Amino acid sequence: MELSQQAWYFIVLAIGAIATAVGTITRRNPVSAAMNLVAHFFMLSGLYLTLQAQFVAVVQILVYAGAIMVLVVFVIMLLNIGKEEQSKDGTSLVKLVGIAMALTFALVVGKTVSAGNAMLTSGLSPDAIKLGTTENIGTVLFGQYLLPFEVISLLLLAALVGAVILAKRKIE
Amino acid sequence: MNLSTVTIEWYLLLSAILFTIGVIGVATRRNAIIIFMSIELMLNAVNLSFVSFAQYLGDTSGQIFVFFIMAVAAAEAAVGLAIVLALFRNKKTVYIDEVNVMKW
Repeated sequence: MELSQQAWYFIVLAIGAIATAVGTITRRNPVSAAMNLVAHFFMLSGLYLTLQAQFVAVVQILVYAGAIMVLVVFVIMLLNIGKEEQSKDGTSLVKLVGIAMALTFALVVGKTVSAGNAMLTSGLSPDAIKLGTTENIGTVLFGQYLLPFEVISLLLLAALVGAVILAKRKIE
Repeated sequence: MNLSTVTIEWYLLLSAILFTIGVIGVATRRNAIIIFMSIELMLNAVNLSFVSFAQYLGDTSGQIFVFFIMAVAAAEAAVGLAIVLALFRNKKTVYIDEVNVMKW
């Protein structure tokens, strides 16, 4: 079987991404779960590079592995929480139903995707390399999507104010 | 399944697997911060399908949506962690099954 370079990168990064995702949800210690998640974000960034989406790959590391995970690790440190101890009432029915529903979801999506749509059998779009550049994304973001961009800045402002109010001890 | 070219199928299946792992994390864990991280896993799985659709169909919009999802995730991180902090201050716990005053 002859595998292309993109296929090799994909397989290695996909295995890494799944392994670190499983690590995130199985680690008892929240700090090692967070470190697994940081590794997962780097794997995803590599996957974006195999898709020739450079801008998204860099923003992924900057925003997720940089900003969001620092916030999470900071809160873990602030609360000083140790290893999660087992729940007193063991494995509950809710958890089993949750896992069953998640697996059903995976089965449905997997069947739908592998049903063999003609649209899904081609390779990367020929102009994919041009789509992922900062120049192209900037042109579209500040042209066609200017209003949503402004709205998202309002959302960030609201979240900022909300976070400060929630984390404050007492409001005078 | 043809293995010589990487089709969008590969990315969509990987995205579905990662999303499912995130759902299982939300369903099984008790620690609010780890549930929060599982939600980030799901958001990222969706981002992966957005980017792969954008690159395979040749449309930038998918990548713009990823940009917006990241902004919303950042807002969610700030507010969500502030809620966890407030919860810990009032209840002295981050385990969601110990927070049941609203449970009937």
